[in-house]
Amino acid sequence: MVKEIEKAGITVVQMANLIPIAITVGANRMVPTISIPYPLGDPLTPKAEQWKLRYHRVGVALDALATDIDDQTVFEV
Amino acid sequence: MKKGILYLNQFFGQIGGEDKADFAPIIKEGLVGAGMLLNNLLDDAEITHTLICGDNFMGSNEEEAVEKLLGYLEDKEFDIFFAGPAFQAGRYGNACGVICKAVKEKFNVPVITSMHKENPGVDMFKKDIYIFKGGDSAAKMRNDMTKVAEFGNKLLKGEENKGADAEGYYTRGIRLEVFREDEKLASERVMDMLLKKINDEPFVSELPIPALDRVPIAPAIKLDGAKIALITSGGIVPVDNPDKIQSSSATRWGRYSIKGLERLGNRSDNAFKTIHAGYDPAAADADPNIVLPLDALRAYEKEGKIGSIHDYYYATVGTGTAEGEAKRMALEIIEYLKQDKVDAVILTSC
Repeated sequence: MVKEIEKAGITVVQMANLIPIAITVGANRMVPTISIPYPLGDPLTPKAEQWKLRYHRVGVALDALATDIDDQTVFEV
Repeated sequence: MKKGILYLNQFFGQIGGEDKADFAPIIKEGLVGAGMLLNNLLDDAEITHTLICGDNFMGSNEEEAVEKLLGYLEDKEFDIFFAGPAFQAGRYGNACGVICKAVKEKFNVPVITSMHKENPGVDMFKKDIYIFKGGDSAAKMRNDMTKVAEFGNKLLKGEENKGADAEGYYTRGIRLEVFREDEKLASERVMDMLLKKINDEPFVSELPIPALDRVPIAPAIKLDGAKIALITSGGIVPVDNPDKIQSSSATRWGRYSIKGLERLGNRSDNAFKTIHAGYDPAAADADPNIVLPLDALRAYEKEGKIGSIHDYYYATVGTGTAEGEAKRMALEIIEYLKQDKVDAVILTSC
């Protein structure tokens, strides 16, 4: 799905937990999430902490969209 | 009698379903589930132990999982290691690949697993380990396990490995020097191929170049003023799932308005939930924003970091979904993105 969107010329960032799979499939811009059932907020942590994590990682994803890259890139969180 | 050890995930290890996918690694003496089948299929070997680990545990804590699992094996004697079959289950395929590769590196015994050709684990690990061409679901268990066991028997007896195509595993890209039965030299074979090529006749290359399906990198965008769309393969839909998107192997997708919404309401608000069958829905049902981060993106919209959020989000389910279907659904979604002049997309996966 990511590849088709990118092929259409729309810049895309994939937020995923299994980054090795995203790399193999061929995503170009990637941002890691923290787990499969709760990618952007661990329900065992307070709401404020979940929000902080989600706000931060979505920010990294936006910056990834604004960054020129030469190769598949996993952006640091 | 030779000894083997089998790796299974939480489901096939009979611990539980998705709610147990965070299950930490254990080792059990003897046979569990399909281990009995494997044990029966082995000629002169027995499965002495079974390793079990939740797929999400392996996916999210790989280092810890591998360390524990290898630790369990340290004082065990074994001549061969099996994992799976993983069928079309992506996370299980990843887990089987990770543990097989680690076991091979540390203990230098043959490792064998099995996956369907669309399992991403195939491309990730086929160069490192024997992965047999398997079916797409557990209905193929007997068939897949038989192939794995037969090859295991062969290796344990020291019989000749006739290569990927003849044996039925995915090619590892290893070239082995052999004496051909037809005694034809390379120079003769290459001339035959060349003549066939000139005459437009079919021929099979002896050195296939793997086709890496890569797409050109789209240029960076300016966030200032940009319109951003959200897409998820995590199955977040309105609670009544109006488009009847399937919980796995999806062929349908949905387009849902988020205009004016600060954040996604949850299941008990009668707003949004997940229908994804590949992970425990509890957390996403309680707060769908942890899968589709509308609330965080709204904050950036308010701050002016981005221009706006596209009025709709798009959702499907990414577990067991065939590549061809994913491609078609993407092309259909792209029509809407273009119509509304979306500049960039954040796609979240579970």
